[in-house]
Amino acid sequence: MRTIALPRIGTAQAWRYAARGLLAEDVRPEDVLWSFDDPAQVDLFAAQPRRKTTPAQVTVPKSFVDMANRVVWHSDDDRFARLYTFLWRLRDTPALMQDRGDAQLSHLRRLEKNVNRCAHKMKAFVRFRDLSATGPRRRFAAWFEPTYHTVEPTAPFFAKRFGDMDWMIVTPGVTARFEDGRLSFAPGQARPDLPEDATEELWGTYFCNIFNPARVKVQAMTSEMPRKYWKNMPETRHIPQLLANAEARARQMQEAMPTLPPLRAERITASLADLRATATRDSLETVNAQIRSCTRCALCGPATQAVTGEGPRDAALMVVGEQPGDVEDRTGRPFVGPAGQLFDEIAAQAGLDRQATYVTNAVKHFKFQQRGKRRMHQAPNQGEVQHCKWWLEAEVALVKPKLILAMGGTALLALTGTKDGILKRRGQVEDTAYGPVLVTLHPSYLLRLPDASLRAAQTELFRADLAQAAQRARLVA
Amino acid sequence: MVKTLSEKLAILSDAARYDASCASSGGNKRNSRDGKGLGSNEGSGICHAYTPDGRCISLLKILMTNFCIYDCAYCVNRVSSNTPRARFTPEEVVSLTIEFYRRNYIEGLFLSSGIIQSPDKTMEDMVQIARLLRERENFRGYIHLKTIPDAAPELIAAAGLYADRLSINVELPTEAAVAAYAPEKNPATIRSAMQDVKAGRAASKDRSHSGKRPPKFAPAGQSTQVIVGADGSNDATILGQANSLYGSYGLKRVYYSAFSPIPDSSAKLPLVQPPLVREHRLYQADWLLRFYGFSVDEITGVTQAGNLDLDMDPKLAWAIAHRGLFPLDVQRASRDLLLRVPGFGVRTVNRILSTRRHRDLRYADLQRMGALLKKARPFITLRDWSPGRLTDSADLRARFAPPPEQLSLF
Repeated sequence: MRTIALPRIGTAQAWRYAARGLLAEDVRPEDVLWSFDDPAQVDLFAAQPRRKTTPAQVTVPKSFVDMANRVVWHSDDDRFARLYTFLWRLRDTPALMQDRGDAQLSHLRRLEKNVNRCAHKMKAFVRFRDLSATGPRRRFAAWFEPTYHTVEPTAPFFAKRFGDMDWMIVTPGVTARFEDGRLSFAPGQARPDLPEDATEELWGTYFCNIFNPARVKVQAMTSEMPRKYWKNMPETRHIPQLLANAEARARQMQEAMPTLPPLRAERITASLADLRATATRDSLETVNAQIRSCTRCALCGPATQAVTGEGPRDAALMVVGEQPGDVEDRTGRPFVGPAGQLFDEIAAQAGLDRQATYVTNAVKHFKFQQRGKRRMHQAPNQGEVQHCKWWLEAEVALVKPKLILAMGGTALLALTGTKDGILKRRGQVEDTAYGPVLVTLHPSYLLRLPDASLRAAQTELFRADLAQAAQRARLVA
Repeated sequence: MVKTLSEKLAILSDAARYDASCASSGGNKRNSRDGKGLGSNEGSGICHAYTPDGRCISLLKILMTNFCIYDCAYCVNRVSSNTPRARFTPEEVVSLTIEFYRRNYIEGLFLSSGIIQSPDKTMEDMVQIARLLRERENFRGYIHLKTIPDAAPELIAAAGLYADRLSINVELPTEAAVAAYAPEKNPATIRSAMQDVKAGRAASKDRSHSGKRPPKFAPAGQSTQVIVGADGSNDATILGQANSLYGSYGLKRVYYSAFSPIPDSSAKLPLVQPPLVREHRLYQADWLLRFYGFSVDEITGVTQAGNLDLDMDPKLAWAIAHRGLFPLDVQRASRDLLLRVPGFGVRTVNRILSTRRHRDLRYADLQRMGALLKKARPFITLRDWSPGRLTDSADLRARFAPPPEQLSLF
């Protein structure tokens, strides 16, 4: 029988070193007795003369080392033996680490979880008090009672967080000290007498006022902040009082009669309304501002913004597309997505100057279906086109174009009332209530054609339509 | 009369408590081990205390001021309310944050504000506080700033450089509800502000031609909040809105906040008991949307009127309505289907997948893996477990739903 004594400070490293040595010597788990922080046992390193050769290399999955480094801090008496027993099995079957149903592993994982939770609660519930030091670094100290031996593995967290001050966390088992950037550990002490700290009052004020008396959920509180921690947390002394008054306060709020608004309210609301009314000056701007706040149909809900037309307000040619796409919806400008870029390219080849053209859409909001992170385009329906026609009419009335280029079925529907037979009608000018309308297809149609030769032919037709539009617009201008 | 710091803190934290978000997770990792600053961020948040309403205190959540020129019916700070008013100076906010942080009370600051003078002026003051914390105090903890709708894009851009997270509340699920209860707010500008933050985050990830990275922009992303139960919207509407916000603007979280009584309420919105169970079910549904591959229609299609079942969680309700798919063979079912078993979480499913590569699973294994077998039992088969007629039994729903209650006769 072998007895291994592990120290309270530096337990993880000592266990690892001991386990490596035992494995190298093929010592079976049942032949080892582990003891922890036992003054009767002599020190591990003093008792056994350090071997001249390092223990043979033992290969285990990294996940085991990480787990062992947490489990050793538990207070369960069997933890070292359990770890070594599992390690013994793991030597032959490294895949055991992935078997979450294994009874031994799941027990170790439970211990690990306990330690992790304890460490997490320590990070959360340690409360420092100011020691009012006069030196260049401020000094703080805290008294804490962790459930397991978590001071040593958790202290580096505090060192990283409070790098510019000196602090000390005193616990019954171990004391952690951080001075001038150096972290050190010493045996534990009894509860020290820490000076009063005025900031605790302010913290209590905050704690009481952030609590909403209308929703009391005591169990949600105690499951995350167990009562065993309360005695060292200054804010918890307010809890009984808060709970006792909560119901009455909530009832009082409900029963209170609505009061008259203060005098300033009316003045402020009125001046705010004035500000909004004077925000728009010119008529096209007025229309655009109204378009941006339009809620005539359901499309305004999911879309980011309404996309208004763009171009000179005395343009001879107006180009009407279908609706903004994903890119247009995000940027707020018409014809800037893939189809818009294609339009720009072909328009330039056809001698159509986009800068001299008023470009807009038949429907001002992006209609789409959400599929995961993607927004899939959906064609607007009759009703939506009808609702949005109001705005298109207003734009036409203000810009007064000599020719309108209707691109695609939706634009055609809005301007002529029907989109039937679009392929037959393309390239022709129709007379409508809005003036002459030249019919063509939407550039996104070209993007969707899979066959290269067909696409080339259709692009040629589209280019011819744009050239015709440019020419007619020049003639009448 | 000049208010003391303590009085101001009382008023301005009282005014901030209706914001549900207090998360301090995400953000880039940093620490002050070099001794030149204060604070660290590890990526996972820490809840430093819990109030008796069950909510965690992770950040110092305060308003810069609760003066506000808007008149939103659900809000305690609306212009027509007679609540006491106060305003912090930037120095006061900075000193409170630093002193609380040094005593390990908080993870950082969550600063919101009522709208004073103009949106730009308000946002400018908030950015000023964040700048003081980061540049003068070398504060490396967490900062969450509320973006003010209608504030200039340059100010939002500056806020994104100092803050870990930005958020802007949509508050109500439909345009009509906003028009009725928050007449000064414009949902379109709120969505544009979210789009600006999304674009800022995307731009901060582009490297320049020399491989240099631009400064980080709101590394912990953005979030929003919806008030539940103030207007008549059903759960399908609320979840539909949330789903579209997640998809369109890459939000990290949508918070659902049950409308709860406020002091000095408006006559427009009568106070009711806050619908806490409904809020809880919405969060469960939200998780199903984000991590379990459910769609909004699937979750809300189970019950009439598009509301979630208050008696049981949405996944269980869905499974009971779709018993044709069950029982599933845990040894062979795909990941997508395993995620749909009530009582199996993402972690349990991952454990099942990694273990079943090596051997057959048994009932006790699932217990050890953390599955809630009381819920899962009717929907799975294993080598040593078959639900028999349980899956199709007529009283399956009754087994899970709370027993019917006699209504009060008086």
